[in-house]
Amino acid sequence: MVLSLVSISVVAAVALAGVFLLTSSRIESEKQKKQQQAIMDVLPQKGAGAEIAAPEQVGEVTIYRATKDGKEIGAAVEVSEMGFGGLQKIMVGFDPEGKIIDYAILDQQETPGLGDHIVDWFKNADKPGQNIIGRKAGEFKVSKDGGDVDAITAATISSKAFLRAINKAYKAYMGDADAHSGASKQQHAEPAEAEEHHCQGHHGEGHQCSGHCQHGEGHKCQGHCSHHAQENQSGKEADHE
Amino acid sequence: MSNNLKTLTNGILRENPTFALVLGMCPTLATTTSAMNGMSMGLATLFVLVCSNVVISLLKNLIPDKVRIPAFIVVIATFVTLVQLLLQAYVPVVYDKLGLFIPLIVVNCIVLGRAEAFAAKNSVGLSALDGLGMGLGFTLSLTVIGMIRELLGTGAVFGLHIYNDHYASLIFVLAPGAFIALAYLMAIMNKIVKK
Repeated sequence: MVLSLVSISVVAAVALAGVFLLTSSRIESEKQKKQQQAIMDVLPQKGAGAEIAAPEQVGEVTIYRATKDGKEIGAAVEVSEMGFGGLQKIMVGFDPEGKIIDYAILDQQETPGLGDHIVDWFKNADKPGQNIIGRKAGEFKVSKDGGDVDAITAATISSKAFLRAINKAYKAYMGDADAHSGASKQQHAEPAEAEEHHCQGHHGEGHQCSGHCQHGEGHKCQGHCSHHAQENQSGKEADHE
Repeated sequence: MSNNLKTLTNGILRENPTFALVLGMCPTLATTTSAMNGMSMGLATLFVLVCSNVVISLLKNLIPDKVRIPAFIVVIATFVTLVQLLLQAYVPVVYDKLGLFIPLIVVNCIVLGRAEAFAAKNSVGLSALDGLGMGLGFTLSLTVIGMIRELLGTGAVFGLHIYNDHYASLIFVLAPGAFIALAYLMAIMNKIVKK
């Protein structure tokens, strides 16, 4: 009795292990292919001639930046959000300004016939009320919540989740871009600050300086200051003032 | 020969798993939201039914009576997992649609029911035919239910638009529509078969 059950189980286990080994690499490659396809689908001109950079992880969002001839043409952003029936995994493409080019659903478990319309509902060019293609994300809301995107009939929860995901993707993508430009601004700002600091510090008498300026040479004074600072940065010449 | 034919058609009409035996209601109600989904589910079940019927019929003399149910379940579960892996590897589109319901074939009463009621008592050839017949019957019923629900619910059949979906009633795609469609089809089948 035990023997027969054990032997059946062993045979079953061996068969399963065999098939698993045979199929696992293919399953993996199918998944990869699907993801690559989705990245291409959501990029401008279906990603023709585009070079995809290595994925960037921003929180739970993955960004695939695409460049063409060295110029950034946009990015595919993979994002997931809890929908009505399960996790919605979405690939959404943005151009460098953050306008949506296209999106693709990688995975979803929404109600068939209702929520699963997310697959094409929001890219219907004939119905501007529900179309999000070509628009800037970030603040998408369904009309029920005072937004301007029409939710899928009888699938508001799925629609809300979808829009949340798109907003999240946009913020991750643009937020990241902002962070970059912010950083460069800061780099600009730093020397300026230093100059000011130097200027004041060097004179030791900020009051006097402004006093000077009031004497009629505002420009000069300022010019002096920055000039001074530059000198100060390069050497110690400034001392002779 | 007529016996073989009878075994084959048995599952399609007289003992149709869905309309006559009323087994396997979970996948019947859940996956028939469209004709395509229903048919894919039916075909997956057909494969498992034929394979498990053959194997169980082969093993019927080796399995002691006391542990036959666990043994059957192991065999069925193995085939279901095989189907799942193969679908995932070779037809990921279908797998994406059916996803959750494939593992549930394990607990589909038709599969265990046929193993217990037929394969454990009959020859390998007859068991295979029975599995094929039952599987075809199940596939046909699921496809028909799926077609009706898709047509009434979205105005399409197999994705082909037949009329404007403005006039479609969404309820047929949802759970209540499954019960309504199933009940009407069952009544019609009873009327035809019982006469």
